[in-house]
Amino acid sequence: MAYLEETYEIVVVGAGHAGCEAALACARLGLQTIMFTVSVDSIALMPCNPNIGGSSKGHLVRELDALGGEMGKNIDKTFIQSKMLNQSKGPAVHSLRAQADKQDYSREMRKTLESTENLTIRQAEVSEIIVEEGVLTGVKTVSGAVYHCKAAVLATGTYLRARCIYGDVSNATGPNGLQAANHLTDSLKANGIEMFRFKTGTPARVDKRSIDFSKMEEQFGDERVVPFSFSTDPETVQKEQISCWLTYTNEKTHQIIRENLDRSPLFSGVIEGTGPRYCPSVEDKVVKFPDKNRHQVFVEPEGLYTNEMYLGGMSSSLPEDVQYAMYRSVAGLENVKIVRNAYAIEYDCINARQLKATLEFKAVSGLFSGGQFNGSSGYEEAAVQGFMAGVNAAMKVLGREPYILDRSQAYIGVLIDDLVTKENHEPYRMMTSRAEYRLLLRQDNADLRLMGIGHEIGLISDEQYEGLLKKETAIEKEVKRLEHTTIGATSQVQAFLEEHGSTPLKSGSTLAELVKRPELGYDALKEIDGERPPLSWDVRQQVEINIKYEGYIRRQRQQVAQYKKLERRKLDVHFDYSQVKGLRKEAMQKLDLYKPMSIGQASRISGVSPADISVLLVYLEQMRDKRREEDHHTGENNGERIK
Amino acid sequence: MKTDTIAAIATGLSNSGIGIVRISGSEAFDVIDRIYRGKGGRRKKLSAEPTHTIHYGGIYDGEQLVDEVLVMLMRGPKSYTAEDTVEIDCHGGVLITRKVLETVLRNGARLAEPGEFTKRAFLNGRMDLSQAEAVIDVINAKNDYALQASVNQLEGSVSREVKKLREGIIYHIAFIESALDDPEHISLEGYQEKLLAELQPMKEKVEKLLRSSDNGRVMTEGIKTVILGKPNAGKSSLMNVLVGEERAIVTDIAGTTRDTLEENIRLEGISLNVTDTAGIRDTDDVVEKIGVEKARMAADQADLIIYVVDGSRPLDESDEDILAMIKDRQAVVLLNKSDLTMVVTRKMLEEKTAHRVIAVSAKERLGIEELEEEIKSMFYHGEIDFNDQVYITSVRQKNALENTLNSLKMVEQSIENGMPEDFFSIDLMDAYEQLGTIVGEAVEDDLVNEIFSKFCMGK
Repeated sequence: MAYLEETYEIVVVGAGHAGCEAALACARLGLQTIMFTVSVDSIALMPCNPNIGGSSKGHLVRELDALGGEMGKNIDKTFIQSKMLNQSKGPAVHSLRAQADKQDYSREMRKTLESTENLTIRQAEVSEIIVEEGVLTGVKTVSGAVYHCKAAVLATGTYLRARCIYGDVSNATGPNGLQAANHLTDSLKANGIEMFRFKTGTPARVDKRSIDFSKMEEQFGDERVVPFSFSTDPETVQKEQISCWLTYTNEKTHQIIRENLDRSPLFSGVIEGTGPRYCPSVEDKVVKFPDKNRHQVFVEPEGLYTNEMYLGGMSSSLPEDVQYAMYRSVAGLENVKIVRNAYAIEYDCINARQLKATLEFKAVSGLFSGGQFNGSSGYEEAAVQGFMAGVNAAMKVLGREPYILDRSQAYIGVLIDDLVTKENHEPYRMMTSRAEYRLLLRQDNADLRLMGIGHEIGLISDEQYEGLLKKETAIEKEVKRLEHTTIGATSQVQAFLEEHGSTPLKSGSTLAELVKRPELGYDALKEIDGERPPLSWDVRQQVEINIKYEGYIRRQRQQVAQYKKLERRKLDVHFDYSQVKGLRKEAMQKLDLYKPMSIGQASRISGVSPADISVLLVYLEQMRDKRREEDHHTGENNGERIK
Repeated sequence: MKTDTIAAIATGLSNSGIGIVRISGSEAFDVIDRIYRGKGGRRKKLSAEPTHTIHYGGIYDGEQLVDEVLVMLMRGPKSYTAEDTVEIDCHGGVLITRKVLETVLRNGARLAEPGEFTKRAFLNGRMDLSQAEAVIDVINAKNDYALQASVNQLEGSVSREVKKLREGIIYHIAFIESALDDPEHISLEGYQEKLLAELQPMKEKVEKLLRSSDNGRVMTEGIKTVILGKPNAGKSSLMNVLVGEERAIVTDIAGTTRDTLEENIRLEGISLNVTDTAGIRDTDDVVEKIGVEKARMAADQADLIIYVVDGSRPLDESDEDILAMIKDRQAVVLLNKSDLTMVVTRKMLEEKTAHRVIAVSAKERLGIEELEEEIKSMFYHGEIDFNDQVYITSVRQKNALENTLNSLKMVEQSIENGMPEDFFSIDLMDAYEQLGTIVGEAVEDDLVNEIFSKFCMGK
């Protein structure tokens, strides 16, 4: 018997972006929740870049917000600059990104956690999971205290057996010199969980006073800021913004790097972990792209009340003296003073194919996980996983059905499906090209896509949901009106068209047809649209997008219908593939390894061919018929193992 | 998979002149409405006609009459697959049947996967449970062959061309995508004009491939058959016998050119592409050596080897070489010159090889029927129609090229309509995937890999 025993319904291990969302979701759903962290001062810490969002990551944050998560609201409170990226491109790739005041972000999140009912925060290192016959029953801390629970969410980020490295200096700490968690890995392994070792890195933070900004280009925020959260009043985020700065590396920088490559732990083999290709260290860039004679460096403030500036684009694990030399070769950084060195960090994470799409371990009932622990990278990727893991842990405890978002519903669905279905050899980052139905998965319609689900989960208020329904109706009505309103080739209309550089009408046309013309748009047509009702900007935006890209959207909808068919055919994760006669050996092994939850997921596993899927379908049909017969004979239902 | 309505040639392709194109799925009636006209070219909606009726009329590709046909309508569930099904009875021979199928594919159906009609029939409960294993066998056998065929049938130059096209396309997609993912590092300024300029040669290449596929030069339809033997064993006379005998039937086919005829032989629906080779024997003569090497290479790639032994001369080292070479291959051994005094007996050969040995006389045309029977039985076992897949594969490839061309045209149109760049990559990706089906390469993580290897991203 342990000296201390307490009982909660949910345990969350970690208080980073995944842990916070998991704990908030569970507590808000009324479950007694305890959240562990190695340092209460590091809640919602941003140990790398000082921003939230960006291409496709911005989508994740908005989706999370529509479901009832916290990240969007928190960044709306604490941002110091905001931009909508890709505005010159299609609506599907518009993406929000905001610079955060890191300390403020962390403080605001902590305030929210501390004022949430049912939520206990505890500083302690969890060292063991307690599993009885494949079911999680609690966790144990390093001090021997036992916390019983019905479900747990692991969100350990980069802290498991973490090691920070630059040059030949290697510290056994987590990011920012915080204490690493050195014990949990062994307990996970003892429970049969397969671990990977990944690596990532961060650039130096430097003193603002030592930078010559006159040699850099100033980067401003948008004039009109769009908030992340659907519940934030846009008027409250129109405020004075802080600039970022752009400068470049040069041949001299590259020469310094090349001359010192032998001193880099990445190239000398000290670092064993696999790093991400999309976030290369500056030495990686110089080696891999020798033809580029300069690389961009974004100089970004870490907050309003600090002089520290982040050198985006120059992460490194070179020795301290080389870091100094290379940073000082960059225009504007000639006299720069480093506050914190750049470093690479190695950490333990899991092979995520051990998870169901609910983010529950296939082998340990009640154990869920999210975030970098699952092999992803990025605050936003972590937050959405933490949220889904938390929601599904709560559903399990509440005896409700789990929530799985699929690839046609959300970037979140793409992210999780990729993690649990594909071979993942590096920290996974979200990208818009990973979403095959991205025209449907826009950041502007995240509420229309997901708020209904958030409401059903219980994390979106009735009031917000009713607002959504009204918006939906307004959009539908206006699209119909435009499709059914015909205007004639009157002289007023022809003059209007000519003025906008558009071909005059030969006969009548619907307003919808005119919206589709590239040189025209919904707002422009106001002049010749006499019966237009007054509508809010977000409704007008949806009307325009739905009409303008109608052909493409329809095509993707058809593809989704096909996709859904296979997704609906569920598979039991305990299914024995060796009994399926006619499956090729490779397919059988892969299916056995991944244990997919649906035929759709099975079809995405590399090494499983369409013919294998056909064979599987035929086999399942055969089984179903047999079972039906048996049920008929015995007069009882043995339960749907294969639906 | 863009549509759920599938089509294929449902009959074994023979030269009897009749072929059935079957369409199955929710849009089967929409497809036939688009391409069917009644007697005298009158428009008539078959979707409005009662089920299980037969209609005489024409299949039209645009304004062009493809064939006069009988169309049979079967609404689900009273059909083979239990789905809405349309069967088109074509009377114009193999090539016309294929043209009808191509027209169907251009009008909203996709080509059926190997064994897909059977699979659907089963999944929709139209078959007895005991047939499940047979269904699985059909799917597997057809698929294995289709996979093998789709790659093997491509000439090296075509496959190289397709791969080069794919490389060009994925580069552009990766460039667009990396700019979308990292707009502050990679700019798309002035890119539209550049892409537009590069689309033109791409389209021309696809068009060229399409034209050659119509000539039948791209995808050699048929089982690659190689005749091997020592010099003067009677290979060429065997070839002549085989070709000569079938010539009358082969010339039935309209539009087939003479030079492809010479090496294409049809045995009741099985199509053989026969290559005559130089005799194999140990030699120091340089010129002859090249010929022998070629023969060996041809044999390496063959689906079927016919090994001709001269029965009037004793077996020697060269025969042993050839026997070793064909040991694990599909092969038939012919003991030729049975009209002469034989020094090699059937028994002697049967002791040296597990392959079927047939005594023939190419000169007297003896044993040829037996050879044909043997070839047929080798390729028709169970329900598997070897040759169908060969044929279907080439339709599939042509269909993929057409889809590629359409996708590239869509990109052009998007550029001209002033659509944003992210829309280009949707159609470019379609083109990339279509070309991938020709060379048998799946997409998997190509794009992400290309992005990271070609473009410098991020922090």
